[in-house]
Amino acid sequence: MSIYSIIFLVLTTMCGLVGAAFAVDSVFAFHSWLTVAISLAFLFWGIRNYTTEPADQSRYMDGVVRWGIIATIFWGIVGFLVGIVIATELAFPEVNLFKEMNFGRLRPLHTSAVIFAFCGNALIASSFYVVQRTTSARLALGNLAWFVFWGYQFFIILAATSYVLGVTQAREYAEPEWYIDIWLTIVWVAYLIVFMGTLFKRKEPHIFVANWFYLAFIVTVAMLHLVNNMAVPVSFFGVKSYSLFSGVQDALTQWWYGHNAVGFFLTAGFLGIMYYFVPKRANRPIYSYRLSIVHFWSLIFLYIWAGPHHLHYTALPDWAQTLGMVFSIMLWMPSWGGMINGLMTLQGAWDKIRTDPIIKMFVLSLAFYGMSTFEGPLMAIKEVNSLSHYTDWTIGHVHSAALGWNGMVTFAMIYYIVPKLWGKKEIYSLRLVNAHFWLATVGIVFYISAMWVSGIMQGVMWKTYNAAGFLEYSFAETVAAMFPYYVIRTSGGVLFLIGALLMAYNVYRTITMSKEEEANIETVTEAAA
Amino acid sequence: MFKFKHELIEKNATLLLVGSLLVVTIGGIVEIAPLFYLENTIEKVEGMRPYTPLELKGREIYMREGCYNCHSQMIRPLRDEVERYGHYSLAAESMYDHPFQWGSKRTGPDLARVGGRYSDEWHVAHLKDPKALVPETVMPKYAFLAETKLDYTLIEKTLKANWWVGVPYTDEQMANAKIDLETQAELDGDEIDGFEERYQKASARVWDNNPNMISEMDALVAYLQMLGTLVDFDLYDANANKR
Repeated sequence: MSIYSIIFLVLTTMCGLVGAAFAVDSVFAFHSWLTVAISLAFLFWGIRNYTTEPADQSRYMDGVVRWGIIATIFWGIVGFLVGIVIATELAFPEVNLFKEMNFGRLRPLHTSAVIFAFCGNALIASSFYVVQRTTSARLALGNLAWFVFWGYQFFIILAATSYVLGVTQAREYAEPEWYIDIWLTIVWVAYLIVFMGTLFKRKEPHIFVANWFYLAFIVTVAMLHLVNNMAVPVSFFGVKSYSLFSGVQDALTQWWYGHNAVGFFLTAGFLGIMYYFVPKRANRPIYSYRLSIVHFWSLIFLYIWAGPHHLHYTALPDWAQTLGMVFSIMLWMPSWGGMINGLMTLQGAWDKIRTDPIIKMFVLSLAFYGMSTFEGPLMAIKEVNSLSHYTDWTIGHVHSAALGWNGMVTFAMIYYIVPKLWGKKEIYSLRLVNAHFWLATVGIVFYISAMWVSGIMQGVMWKTYNAAGFLEYSFAETVAAMFPYYVIRTSGGVLFLIGALLMAYNVYRTITMSKEEEANIETVTEAAA
Repeated sequence: MFKFKHELIEKNATLLLVGSLLVVTIGGIVEIAPLFYLENTIEKVEGMRPYTPLELKGREIYMREGCYNCHSQMIRPLRDEVERYGHYSLAAESMYDHPFQWGSKRTGPDLARVGGRYSDEWHVAHLKDPKALVPETVMPKYAFLAETKLDYTLIEKTLKANWWVGVPYTDEQMANAKIDLETQAELDGDEIDGFEERYQKASARVWDNNPNMISEMDALVAYLQMLGTLVDFDLYDANANKR
């Protein structure tokens, strides 16, 4: 640890102490003390490991990637587990045992754990891995990458504890309060600096395609986060703040943010993963370089416009809704451009779907990506949206993308990257990878088909008129009709979680594998023979 | 003549960064910026007023408990919705909502016009044990709200923060925030005239049937009972502001 890190930690300790001394509410005091405790722990560790010796620049900085992969797996399991709890609560409301466990507080915990903790760690770790290998340069600026990693985990912990304690901005996917947002901004700027710094010192003349997507993801998320979270705190020593915008302006700002959290966090960033790891694992060049260029610019340009499709038939002006719909439909093209570029990379290597379960996972993730990015524009059409909006169809759509695309591509990336990071020839068990593949696939199918049925059914029930011209169903009747589908959905989630637990076990065995064990494991070529 | 080649961007990280940032800003500017000056997004509608201090605290509880995860506050101009929930929502009706609470999912019904639909007693009983009144419900119990004392120590600052972000609270409203809150929950009856003058269409009563304490239940019910009640649709002229 360097002198700068130590100065920084002393500063955060002091901020925490001041916060704790003047806190006007208990959660702010708790988070202040947490800041003090964690800063001191790092400070203690840092002073014991103080060194002025510069790191060996000829080697990649992979420690932070290894930690990032472990964090990805850990938060993934947490996120899936909380998902199962809230799915169970919808089927059996008695499970809302106490206020900290109520659906309204746990649902943001689930979405944030999966999007920001699981996917976010996967993106940070994989981007650090990819940017080093495609630039032949070590991560820039010494230990700043470690700050990004630990700072991000601290953000997750602050956000997660605040939700269950009832501290929230009540903006979907942007629930963390003002001070947590400021902390994330610091971490995110550091992330951008590390990434750009590494690009600057690259030894390859070209910037590899995957890095374009990672860079667009990092810089766009910074913009979205800053604009959407503008707020005035009630007290600088309290948790509560009021958003700068209100009503219709706030609604569009929020969904401009919300949709592009999908577009850049869950799409552009993950396409970065796809563009590096699919060609690597398949051992084939990317299908079309020209398509990547067209795909990149059109995707990032069009995505930003799609936000208003979350606000069809609301008090948002019609012209904005129409723009959102038209751009959402146009977005179908670059999305499928990306899918085609990924899938066609397997040209001449299609047999690997049969022989290599990791490739099979990549291919399925791309298939789900293609399906979700077809379904999305469909639901963005106003007439379709008048039925689907406010129903479980939206939830099903999100999960076909999040479980099928983000989940599967992350799992495949982990299975590829873990042996590389820990110096093993292959993952411990390809059979377990295959089992994971099927558990997750069946789980997703259960989940999304249940949500399609319940969503469309509820949408239709709300609109059903009887012969006398009155609404046929009370709202409560439509809730009762959801029950079997909520149970099926939960069971799909359980299967998905079991798959992730198998992955955790497989990764653990890979990391701790002895030389003898390693000599005996199955690799893809042997499995095929 | 200069001929553009994509290679130029591929070999320059700064160009790539600036280029991406420019490309992603356009859509947001075109769509969001006009909303701050277009007639139908900033129209003033007769009857709209800022929340009373008690309603504002109730709204904080609504947000804290994540009610927006299951309840929308946005009635679309579709036949079934207007018949089920009432007149479609106007932009002006959420003009003082920092943040907006339109929601995105109806696990439970829309609440944009729930105010006045049920009695206070119904709301209290329903929040304490939803299943007792609606057997099909999947809503959690919120009985603890009735037992929790409302913390309004920062109420003046809360109004001030709203003022900072554009809610037109008057100096008088901000100065009397604490008194108005207690008046509306009937802890103190002396200031009722001043309160009613400061907030039109606001009523003061014991909301949770417990006159001894201002509870979180008082605040939440006061908020729910005013939702969608401010605009008088017998007087509202939709054509004056056709959207």
